[in-house]
Amino acid sequence: MASETPVVASPAAASPRRRPRRVGERLSPRRYAATAVATFVVLIAVWWAATAFGLVDPLFLPGPDAVVAKLIAQAQNGQLWSDIAVSVYRIFVGFLLATVMALPLGVLMGANAHAEAALEPLIDFVRYMPVVAFVPLTILWVGTDDAQKFLIIWIGTFFQQVLLIADAVRQVPVSFVQLGETLGMGRAGILMRIVFPSALPRIWDAMRICLGWAWTWLVVAELVAATSGMGYRIMTAQRFFATDTIIGYVLVLGLLGLVFDQVMRAAGRRMFRHQRAAS
Amino acid sequence: MTDSIDRSAAPAGAAPASGGAVSAGTPKIAIDDVTRRFGEVTALQQVNLSVAENEFVSLVGTSGCGKSTLLSIIAGLDAPDEGTVTVSGRGVTEPGRDRGVVFQRATLLPWLTAQGNVEFALRGERLSQAERRDAAREVLAQVGLEGFEGAYPSELSGGMQQRVALARSLSYRPDILLMDEPFGALDALTRADMQRLLIDVWERHRITVVFVTHDIEEAVLISDRVVVMSPRPGRIRAEVPIALDRPRGEHSREAPEFRAHAHDILAMIHERAAQ
Repeated sequence: MASETPVVASPAAASPRRRPRRVGERLSPRRYAATAVATFVVLIAVWWAATAFGLVDPLFLPGPDAVVAKLIAQAQNGQLWSDIAVSVYRIFVGFLLATVMALPLGVLMGANAHAEAALEPLIDFVRYMPVVAFVPLTILWVGTDDAQKFLIIWIGTFFQQVLLIADAVRQVPVSFVQLGETLGMGRAGILMRIVFPSALPRIWDAMRICLGWAWTWLVVAELVAATSGMGYRIMTAQRFFATDTIIGYVLVLGLLGLVFDQVMRAAGRRMFRHQRAAS
Repeated sequence: MTDSIDRSAAPAGAAPASGGAVSAGTPKIAIDDVTRRFGEVTALQQVNLSVAENEFVSLVGTSGCGKSTLLSIIAGLDAPDEGTVTVSGRGVTEPGRDRGVVFQRATLLPWLTAQGNVEFALRGERLSQAERRDAAREVLAQVGLEGFEGAYPSELSGGMQQRVALARSLSYRPDILLMDEPFGALDALTRADMQRLLIDVWERHRITVVFVTHDIEEAVLISDRVVVMSPRPGRIRAEVPIALDRPRGEHSREAPEFRAHAHDILAMIHERAAQ
């Protein structure tokens, strides 16, 4: 994240009168990182102080030390890892199914006006149906095992991905298509060799964003009906007033989402480094 | 990807094959009564023009005179509402490998190197991988990009990108080359460099070129003939044969004919604009 900001030369306090920062001016990577860390430190300090001085009932909000201790205990007895493993597996399968199906359909919709007219209004409509409302229906359809989790993740990400991928394909410059035509390429060749690779960086971004949403849908599905996974653990913790477990798991979920996002971001930067620099 | 036009594999850089089917009297490109409308605007009105084999013709005029539209129609990327275009005696209905196009923006595929971009155009030829690589190298060297084969478009300057685009268009040896303000986005110094390069390449290759520009001096310097167009509706105003010796170069700008031609063409454009 920090390495993405352009390097701004910061004169080492040599100039007596510093020019005021311009609107929209970026920070140096170091200052950016320091500022970001400070926010977290302040927030955790406030949290800690509120609990340490008895301002809130620890039953409802345990202190950061208690949460971390609980997480460590669960990591040691293996429960945390098995919960993460189950949830990651569900995300992986559900998201992969959605992506594999969304790719051809999205590319088709982006490249073909008839496909767009036939499918885009429909998908736009389905997209606005609340995913959560499908949870009871999916339970009736496929039961409460993994298949239902896959289905919820699929419903939550497939339609969004189709639209984002179609949009990525539409952003490909017309001149690229014209180039293919003047080289005597057929429509299929232009689609596969020019349009698709050209749209790929944006498609990758679409996948990255949708993967973030997939976590939300997974936890929703696990909260309602599951016998394992992160959401299930949070649900059972509520019954025993184990707020430390709930907060710990919520933090881990946030962390997992962040890690996945950063990994995909870094992979995208690596794969498309020439493409991004050009556009 | 399949090549719609059957052509024998030959190394890039050799003299272009002359259109055997075309007799000496037939023009290489014939534009007959072409009209093109965009809604209420008539971009081209009954335009007639013929270009001889191996002739270098420039289309000049103010913006909106239809010069780029005419080029797109010859390329087959756009179709006329009325009239016909024939290239090498065949009616133009779609784009094809007999007509290479250099766009104003280099339109290089950003995920391919300079070498990769040229080889991409050679996919339609019956060449082995090694032949393709060698042909691409050779044509890149011709445009002065030896040593930059492995560079990505994002690592090249605007002028160098346009050199790659030119190399790409020359690589598969089309019968005619269509250039749409190819140096329009470049700074003055790079532009002069590219003009020299184009003169040099053309005088060696001798290929039919239609070149669109709004730079009158550029047109006079490079062309055999300058076609002056006027806007609203787009029409051909005049055709000016350029009486400058070849080989041309910077010295050509010093010739009295150069100044005279540039002056005349500018006057024609202004005269029309004043009306």
